[in-house]
Amino acid sequence: MFRGQTSLIVPEPQSFDLLSHLKEQGFDLLVDVTCVDYLEYRGAKQRYGLVYLLASTTTNQRLTVRVFVDDPEPRVRSVVPLWRAADWLEREVWDLFGITFVGHPDLRRLVMPQEFTAHPLRKDYPLQGRGERHNFPVITRDHS
Amino acid sequence: MSIAPAPRSFPSDAPADAAAERSEDYLWTLNFGPQHPATHTTLRLVLKLDGERVVDAMPEMGYLHSGFEKIGEHLSYNQYVTVTDRMNYISPMANNVAWHHAVEKLLGIDLTPRCRSIRTIIAELARISDHLLSNGAVGLDTGAFTFFLYAFYQREVIYDIFETLCGARFTNSWTRVGGVSHDFTPLVIEKIRTFVKTFPKTLNDMERLLTRNRIFVDRTKGVGVLSKEEAIDGGATGPVARASGVTRDLRKDEPYLAYEDFDFQICCASAGDCYARYLVRMAEMRESLKIVAQAIENIPAGQVNVGIDQRTALPTKQQVYSTIEGTISHFELSMSNRGFEVPCGESYGATEAPNGELGFYLVGDGSDRAYRARCRPPSVLHFALFPQLIRGHTLSDVVAVLGSLNIIAAELDR
Repeated sequence: MFRGQTSLIVPEPQSFDLLSHLKEQGFDLLVDVTCVDYLEYRGAKQRYGLVYLLASTTTNQRLTVRVFVDDPEPRVRSVVPLWRAADWLEREVWDLFGITFVGHPDLRRLVMPQEFTAHPLRKDYPLQGRGERHNFPVITRDHS
Repeated sequence: MSIAPAPRSFPSDAPADAAAERSEDYLWTLNFGPQHPATHTTLRLVLKLDGERVVDAMPEMGYLHSGFEKIGEHLSYNQYVTVTDRMNYISPMANNVAWHHAVEKLLGIDLTPRCRSIRTIIAELARISDHLLSNGAVGLDTGAFTFFLYAFYQREVIYDIFETLCGARFTNSWTRVGGVSHDFTPLVIEKIRTFVKTFPKTLNDMERLLTRNRIFVDRTKGVGVLSKEEAIDGGATGPVARASGVTRDLRKDEPYLAYEDFDFQICCASAGDCYARYLVRMAEMRESLKIVAQAIENIPAGQVNVGIDQRTALPTKQQVYSTIEGTISHFELSMSNRGFEVPCGESYGATEAPNGELGFYLVGDGSDRAYRARCRPPSVLHFALFPQLIRGHTLSDVVAVLGSLNIIAAELDR
């Protein structure tokens, strides 16, 4: 509990089952899926903390579900079978944090270019970037 | 973003055998955007056409991605408000209010009654200006140019109010942690009163122009139908969800600011098509005007920013020059390592922005910068719904559906 918000921490293997149970219990609206990189956070044990914000359209309750995963291969089961809203939200988390969503139908980058290799919202990625902008492939008139 | 060649497989594409592949040979692929006047902003649609029918659409975004969330980890809570202006730039004031609502929730600050009231007025004016543009754009895209000009003229009046209030017309950056940068002056109140009096006339004109216009109704009714279940499943919020029968409005469901004190209705429709979304927005403008009319006559007196003891908002000049607490507070707040105290905690604060639920998930780490500033933009989830709304309709309906979802690429890509 913090500022009147309830949050639940679930171990990664049970996350899908818990979320599908919560959906049956009336949390029918997936508000957001996002992630926090705790690389530089004081006292953090695991690196990535996924955030599922749930809400109910009938009772207006809210619930935050946290799932923690760690390097080297952060992965979690996709919730697209439960909510279609998760489709693009999970793509964005994959794009910016590099967390693999197992079972996602179309896990591509959402906001960054497809050729991009890094995951920019990770804390070890510098604010100014690593010069990728200058090395984007250029299509000249002859090749188009 | 590079020029991506042929789109990857469509869900309906993936042919099981060669015969199915041949049967789709006659389909035509059309690239719509990223630079197209009817997308209004920079987004791209790859449409698969059978003659004039849209068989499938693949929306693509990211052309305006500027790393707002990354910047949020490097700017202080007060500085970042300038970035929120650039998110949904057709109603920047609503973003300002949303951002500082989330920050104040993280910090546990209680606003003064006056601040709550004037923020409510400004947020509702921002809602009116947003709906004017989004409805105006639907009219414009379906051929009603005059309607758009009527709407845009009233947006000018609202810009004038904002300019009188804080000196900026477009990128206002008006809120601060624990208060606002400029309090209401008598001139601002007078201008809002005039607006409340004159706006219904324009609204009536606009309704007479379009609501029963045969061409417009034919273009929008039954187009882009979103059922209630699909809306909830897809995470739709705001007018898009309410037009499909979802009675969810954070102003009523989780009252924030001063919304509890005012009498207003939630506007809903059940059809879920473009016409319903247009009607919901039109009705919401009237309700917003009702809130403004009630609030402007009952602005509580007293301080607008929270007191010196809370140590978040800058003290007034009077306090700085005449009291020791004011001087110390002003001095410390201006120093980067002595600013206000932020708890090590995480919170999600959401407001009902004109476009839907606009929330910020903030992680505080004790410093004056957010450790993580996630923005929950309503546009992303609405844009993801687009393919299922357009399937089976004609190419000319693309602009009607796109306009009625009110997708703003700056908020979409951040």
